[in-house]
Amino acid sequence: MVGIVIVSHSSKVAEGIKDLALQMAAPGQCIIAAGGMADGGIGTDAFKIKDAIIAAESGDGVAVIVDLGSAVLSAELAIEMLATDQVNAKIADAPILEGAIAAAVDASIAKPLENVIIAAESARDLRKL
Amino acid sequence: MRSLNMAIEALANIIIANKEKLTEIDAAIGDADHGINMARGFEAVRAKVAANTNDDIGAVLKMVGVTLISTVGGASGPLYGTAFMRAALAAQGKKTVDGELAEKMFAAAIAGIKERGKAVRGEKTMLDALEPAYDALTQGLASRKSLAECLEMASSAALAGVEYTKTIIATKGRASYLGERSLGHQDAGATSSYLMLTVLAEIAQNLGREE
Repeated sequence: MVGIVIVSHSSKVAEGIKDLALQMAAPGQCIIAAGGMADGGIGTDAFKIKDAIIAAESGDGVAVIVDLGSAVLSAELAIEMLATDQVNAKIADAPILEGAIAAAVDASIAKPLENVIIAAESARDLRKL
Repeated sequence: MRSLNMAIEALANIIIANKEKLTEIDAAIGDADHGINMARGFEAVRAKVAANTNDDIGAVLKMVGVTLISTVGGASGPLYGTAFMRAALAAQGKKTVDGELAEKMFAAAIAGIKERGKAVRGEKTMLDALEPAYDALTQGLASRKSLAECLEMASSAALAGVEYTKTIIATKGRASYLGERSLGHQDAGATSSYLMLTVLAEIAQNLGREE
């Protein structure tokens, strides 16, 4: 199953989104929150993201769902640092909450990484009203 | 090694001393965290360098880059972190810096920032200070000036770059949400880049005097 890593500047946001996404997940599905800094501050940490990606990789790849600005830069840097490892991680250009839930649903029915990314990115067009 | 540690410490000191100023600048058009983030990062750097016994410039700059990446938190973490790590690659195994190496390290750092930030000059970012500074450095070296003189020229060019950022609209980072309202304000990242260059120029001057 595709693993999912949630990257937010806030550890609370990342944890909360992980909890919501887990409601849609299959047993044993790996969704990891990588939010905030080691000291609890607001921000993103490429090393924390890198460790989360390694933990979420079970052989089918990892979808990385990010919030704003430095979350993208830190996630890209994390993936670059993993270039020599046996890890296939991709960043979804998606709204973080809706994207994470859409990704969790597709990953739970064993879709491949490409489809999970498309599902997350399609979430931007979800109408609420 | 002593002058290497002192140089890194001086970089950390100027950022930490300007924490409030950088945050104020960022508060005007950004998310008011540049000074806080950079100071947090460089406090971690200062603590690590205090215990450093390695005299390989590459190894020490890599330590600086890794520390910034894991402690800054904002976009300047991966940006400056990448810059220091790329400069580290260029300086691997080196124990002294001459003009040629300074030019190589600076070029590598700027290339890293451009790649990571997918940015070019003119978007109201640190590149608006760094690229003119690099141009000034290469011009100085080409006309056979000393490294200290070249870094002084680079630092002046960076200051002009900071002033230039007041005249342009931000298209990258949080300030880009403000559009035209970003006019009249200088960029925080360009300012922190300028501050670091002033320190490098000062260090080169002091070392030149000792010789």
